[in-house]
Amino acid sequence: MTKSSFKRIDGRKSNELRPITAKVGIIPNADGSALFAFGNTIAIAAVYGPRQLHPQHKQNPTKAFLRCNYDLMSFSVSERKKPGPNRRAQEISKVTEWALAPVLDLDSFPGTVIDVQIYILQADAGTRTAGINAASMALAHAGIPMKDLVCSVAAGKQDKELIVDLTKEEEDFKEGEGATDFAIAKVANSDEYTLLQLDGKIQPNIVSDVLELVNGACKEIYEAQKKALKEVVKK
Amino acid sequence: MAMEITNLSKDNLKKMFKEGKRFDGRSLLDFREIEISSNVSNKAEGSARVKLGKTEVVVGIKLGVGEPYPDSPDKGNLTVSADLLPLASPRFELGPPDFPAIELPRLVDRLIRHSDIIDLGKLVIKEGEKVWTVYIDVYPINDDGGLIDASAIGALVALRGAIIPELDENGKVDYDKKSKKKFPLNEDSIPISLSFFKLGDSIILDPTREEEEACDARITYGISKVGKEYMINSCQKNGEIILTTEEINHMMKAIPEKYDSIMGKLKKYI
Amino acid sequence: MKKSIKEEQEENSEFNREPSDSESVKRVVVVPGETIVSGEDYLPGEGTRRINEDVVASRYGLAEIAGRVIKVISLFGAFIPRRGNVVIGRVSDITFRGWNVDIDSASAGFLPIEESPRFINKDEMDQFLAIGEVVAAKIWNVNARGIDLSFKGKGLGKLEGGFIFRVIPSRVPRIIGREGSMVNLIKDKTGCNVTIGQNGWIWIRGSSISEEIRARKAIEYVAEQVFIDGLTEKMEEWFDKNK
Repeated sequence: MTKSSFKRIDGRKSNELRPITAKVGIIPNADGSALFAFGNTIAIAAVYGPRQLHPQHKQNPTKAFLRCNYDLMSFSVSERKKPGPNRRAQEISKVTEWALAPVLDLDSFPGTVIDVQIYILQADAGTRTAGINAASMALAHAGIPMKDLVCSVAAGKQDKELIVDLTKEEEDFKEGEGATDFAIAKVANSDEYTLLQLDGKIQPNIVSDVLELVNGACKEIYEAQKKALKEVVKK
Repeated sequence: MAMEITNLSKDNLKKMFKEGKRFDGRSLLDFREIEISSNVSNKAEGSARVKLGKTEVVVGIKLGVGEPYPDSPDKGNLTVSADLLPLASPRFELGPPDFPAIELPRLVDRLIRHSDIIDLGKLVIKEGEKVWTVYIDVYPINDDGGLIDASAIGALVALRGAIIPELDENGKVDYDKKSKKKFPLNEDSIPISLSFFKLGDSIILDPTREEEEACDARITYGISKVGKEYMINSCQKNGEIILTTEEINHMMKAIPEKYDSIMGKLKKYI
Repeated sequence: MKKSIKEEQEENSEFNREPSDSESVKRVVVVPGETIVSGEDYLPGEGTRRINEDVVASRYGLAEIAGRVIKVISLFGAFIPRRGNVVIGRVSDITFRGWNVDIDSASAGFLPIEESPRFINKDEMDQFLAIGEVVAAKIWNVNARGIDLSFKGKGLGKLEGGFIFRVIPSRVPRIIGREGSMVNLIKDKTGCNVTIGQNGWIWIRGSSISEEIRARKAIEYVAEQVFIDGLTEKMEEWFDKNK
């Protein structure tokens, strides 16, 4: 798949993730909360609900409304980001909803809303995938019925080389075919994918290799999520 | 929405405060444990996380190049803003800021500005044309009361660790270049915020969310100390209630001691 | 339609059951999607489902492996209202038909005027229950419009004196304890009246402020304990230490 001789800018192997930090229960006010970090990218998530949804006309009488809100903290990026969600943040919020909803049992809570708030404290690429990992843990922590956890990571290319969990520097790579950023989320214990978002250049016949790379990475992510959820309960 | 404060709990807290008691065992003017970490966000020019009991805020500082205001061509600009994230409390909602979200950064802004802790005169790049704009952004992570005082501490710690980024040859900010240029601070003046809350005839400091919701009024003071002299730099009463001379004097008497005790806790971080 | 009283009681006892204390129960923390046990002999209970041979967690929590039926009990999260639950709420509005009661859940509670023990003129409803006042009530119906509340039952009605506070709702069964053993211990040791709502809101009224504070601290301590083995003995010790 990938040549072992290949070295990345930060010295990682092509299939190597940045160090993961995962914590649960970081926001006492929330019904569920979590932190997930890939190296220097830090995402925090809080879940509130199922709770009352206003205005009433937004309520769905058959199931809960999953409402995700993703945003960068103003100082999480080099150039200060004006507070408040821009179009990019709104789009990421939406794909995050679509990435998480398939594992949730939303039918059990008709007419309510489950709010998922995701904020990026520090950004070094991969913020949406870190956010999805944090949100998945926070939803579990909140006791929302769900069939599995969701794990997410970006794969990509540096020229022709497939790599996983890109840093900002790798995303900005310009030589050859340049950098490709392919954000993927999958259901932890099955080969079902819930997020596919790509920018760059990739050949259709390589995508199966990408999925294989992502599956390996997601196993590690899942173990970190699981460990954090178990650790928060002390004997 | 979490449940609003009930008449029962309000009456009960009133009774408790009258006897000088609080659920967590503190006396009326005690602060909760303060826990601080600085440099919590590596792209910020300065940042801090403050925990006050279960309350947690993150404050970050970004610098950008801007134009000076016409009435202060020889000074940098200061902008404080806060976003009361729905992440931090079931009571915070997305959307345009409501009054508490407007008031919090204004109070933090005033105590920083009038304490002169920032030497704005040293934040000029080219007089009359280019100056540094300092953005102090406050984000609550968990609101269990006392957000204003926690935010002020966060701003202070973030400022004390802040740097000024490098400019490239075109006069643009080069955020990637490591800078060691210290942020110009006035070492003699360290401001903090003390928010007193009134319920019945009692006055308390650093309320939990539950206590804060029961209280009828809040009076926030921005306090600094220059040499041995304590200075009130800002003050605002919030709430439809009267304060008596006796109550005002009670607060004035408490201010120096409280300032020193909080400063004692902050010393190792600033 | 209203269910029979027997059905209702069964539902309640299922929801209100506290984890048993017996040694034979194995408890492990599981995450959604995790296989708890394998084998056709096991039956998937609350919070689990079967995938082929395996019984798999369909929520995060404490898996209880006792006998054939496997359950996962939630440890965190918001209150999910069920018929028969006793809840504590705050009167948030008065309508011409009754009182809106905030019970800190996804649906609004409603107490019909007929629940008043005596006749009330429509313009004097706040003399019976005013906005901001606290009630203990039973959920007798959950439907799309909201939650209907009733005062029919022991200890239900307007609460006077004392205060209320919240714990994580899923910790309520252990605060009650088996057949009320835990809450009775706390009442005995502090001399306080205690009413526990399944929504996590708890009312305490005692003879002195210091006993009220002690009762609250004791309940908060119980709520923090996830594993309940030997909790009663632990509480006896706690009371000895916190006099």
